[in-house]
Amino acid sequence: MRNYLNIIVAYSIMMLLIILVGIFQSWSIALTIFNYCMISAVMTLGANIQWGYAGLINFGIMGYTALGGLAVVLVSVAPVPEAWSVGGVNMMTCLGIIIIMIFSTRYILKNIQKSKKKNYLIAGIIIVGLILIKIIAGPAIEQIEAVDPAKTGFLGGLGLPVLFSWIVGGLFAAGLAFIVGKVALGLRADYLAIATLLIAEIVVSIIKHEDWLARGVKNVIGLKRPAPYEIDLQTSPWFINLVEKFHSAKLDLANSLSERQDILNQLVIDASSVYVKLCFAGMFLVVVIILLIITQKALYSPWGRMMRAIRDNEEAASAMGKNVVKQHLFIFILGSAIVGIAGAMMVTNDGLFTPGSYRPMRYTFVIWVMVIVGGTGNNFGAILGGFVVWFLWVEAAPIALFFINLFTAHLPETNEIKVHLINSAPYFRFLLVGIGLLLIMRFRPQGIIPEKIIKQ
Amino acid sequence: MDLINAVIVLLNYTIIPALTYGSQLALGAIFVTLIYGILRFANFATGDMMSFGTMFAVLLTYYFQSIGISFGFLPTALLTIPFAIFMMILYMLLIDQTVFKYYRIKKSPPVQLAMVSVGVMFVTQAVIRIIIGPTDRRFLDGEKFILKATEFKEMTGLAEGLTIKSTQMITIVVTIIVVAIMFWFLNKTKTGTSMRAYSDNEDLALLSGIDPKKVVLITWIIAGILATIGGILYGLDKSYRPFVYFNNMLPIFAAAIVGGIGNPYGAFFGGYVIAFAEIFLTYAYKRFLVYILPESLEPNSLMQLLSTDYKFAISFSILVIVLIFRPSGIFEGKRI
Repeated sequence: MRNYLNIIVAYSIMMLLIILVGIFQSWSIALTIFNYCMISAVMTLGANIQWGYAGLINFGIMGYTALGGLAVVLVSVAPVPEAWSVGGVNMMTCLGIIIIMIFSTRYILKNIQKSKKKNYLIAGIIIVGLILIKIIAGPAIEQIEAVDPAKTGFLGGLGLPVLFSWIVGGLFAAGLAFIVGKVALGLRADYLAIATLLIAEIVVSIIKHEDWLARGVKNVIGLKRPAPYEIDLQTSPWFINLVEKFHSAKLDLANSLSERQDILNQLVIDASSVYVKLCFAGMFLVVVIILLIITQKALYSPWGRMMRAIRDNEEAASAMGKNVVKQHLFIFILGSAIVGIAGAMMVTNDGLFTPGSYRPMRYTFVIWVMVIVGGTGNNFGAILGGFVVWFLWVEAAPIALFFINLFTAHLPETNEIKVHLINSAPYFRFLLVGIGLLLIMRFRPQGIIPEKIIKQ
Repeated sequence: MDLINAVIVLLNYTIIPALTYGSQLALGAIFVTLIYGILRFANFATGDMMSFGTMFAVLLTYYFQSIGISFGFLPTALLTIPFAIFMMILYMLLIDQTVFKYYRIKKSPPVQLAMVSVGVMFVTQAVIRIIIGPTDRRFLDGEKFILKATEFKEMTGLAEGLTIKSTQMITIVVTIIVVAIMFWFLNKTKTGTSMRAYSDNEDLALLSGIDPKKVVLITWIIAGILATIGGILYGLDKSYRPFVYFNNMLPIFAAAIVGGIGNPYGAFFGGYVIAFAEIFLTYAYKRFLVYILPESLEPNSLMQLLSTDYKFAISFSILVIVLIFRPSGIFEGKRI
């Protein structure tokens, strides 16, 4: 119990803060923050597996998040039959060519000895493949994008239940991580950081500009939801009855029947949004708890001990007969897959996929701050980091406004400096997060909840 | 005649813009590489530091314009360079003293310093946005063109016009001057030699009596000069927007690594490699081919290898290829 005291205290403070937001701002805002905290926590768990367990620095979180989001579109959106009929065959042929390219390259890598000829062969395969794809896909893409461009203009997805896409998002991210890991894992830590950052940019720019795939920067809106819609709730009798029962004291205060009806309507609208968010919160909580249990079990298993040994001394672990390269690749894939799940969760929560919004600042660096602040190598710490930093990130502007108003209270309303500061309140979140990171790195480099090795 | 026209088309749309963009990247890449070579960490605040210096140039340009100082046909921003550099160096030294010094003395691993630089990146971005805001700003004044397309056509009687913007000329000339001085400094002066020694082998350099504090100080000063000038030149040529500067960090990193990180010559060269690759691979060659091919072979598509949307992606792909086949860069950089 003593071991977990600081964890319990830290989590209680965090929950208290969110409840305070609920009381002072609104429960809807508090739940939005809570849901996003949970999504961030999943991302942080993924990054923590890579950084905390194995010491691999992955600045490509943005790319995996985006791929997870893409999975939601590809899985849950109904297919667009017109687009498939005009360009489906060509696009499938291209997919076939890509698969053939991969397997033939693999065959050459395995079966032909290292020589100049081998490099030329691989280069030849790639160039011929790319030219073929360009020729076959070019006209098909134009036709697909011409199909009702205002609404579709893409191939659509499979029309499956949206929850299924969370798993697919993880698989997509794992696939990308496999390729990235093969290419970049041999690099030294800071090179790996830069390489993954840039590869993530490539991935996002492909998603942004290949409109036939997921409409690119035109966004996909109105994605399916695993939770009920507010509009449906507001008209269903059981929900209205529930709200009535819940708020009966407040409703009894109403003077007339019409006033009572007005209050009830308002309450139902508020409650419906809270209810939907609660549904999401429940689902996310299940994911977080499952992941937490698995990662905790893994951390204290022989495998977790081996990973820590590799992290702390690669040469020694390698001398003990552990395959460092293979384990690095495995853990890189695992962590990225979790980030992919988080990406899919986020898009599901938002109900829209906006490739233009994937920026390294928000989806890579902030997540990293979460990992560092929370506590590297400790899953409870990682989750807490996700909560704390996301909370700061969202609440920084109101907090900054409060302090600006406090310090400039003696200045008149039209004072230029005051107006300028109030207008720039949103940017204080960068300041807060940056200073938070610097302070943590300086005075508590192991994070709020440090890594704990339990000796059995 | 057709051949000359074709060459002019290439010059106008690819070579001159690539040289300009390459110069801007090269300055940034040398900045990255110096910090990496001497202070030994990947500085993720690169783009924002360049942005910080440029911010002062923008503000001072507005101030100078308001009190009526101008630089004739040259942009006023050039006058503000010394002041902007001064502010930039002050800021860098302040950050070094409050943030980086602690980790340097503790001999923290490079990854930790890189993480710290992420913190600096956040803070710098916040400061910039609070002071000047996130909007797009143009601060170019003075003569816009050295050579206009119509003038060129009249002068030579060719069908194609050649345009040279003054910012392009300024960028290339200033870059050559700055880089030449810097290489002279690194190679011929005692301080420069001691910096290179420190970069090659810290312990040996310390043994031979090189003062590490001085080396670090000089490094930040040179870095401040490069960052500010690189940022101002980019801002003059395109426009000043903090978000774009942050994003520019990525091709700059690519340039530094492609050239061989830790090697200033490599970084200088890498900047041009990235710029030329980006522009040559995304240029639509139709107009060029129309001139050099016989009429029967005239292309009917744009003859563009990749759409311009993938500009950034190209430089990153080059980086990935270099990392796979020659991880130490085109020129031998630090061992990785």
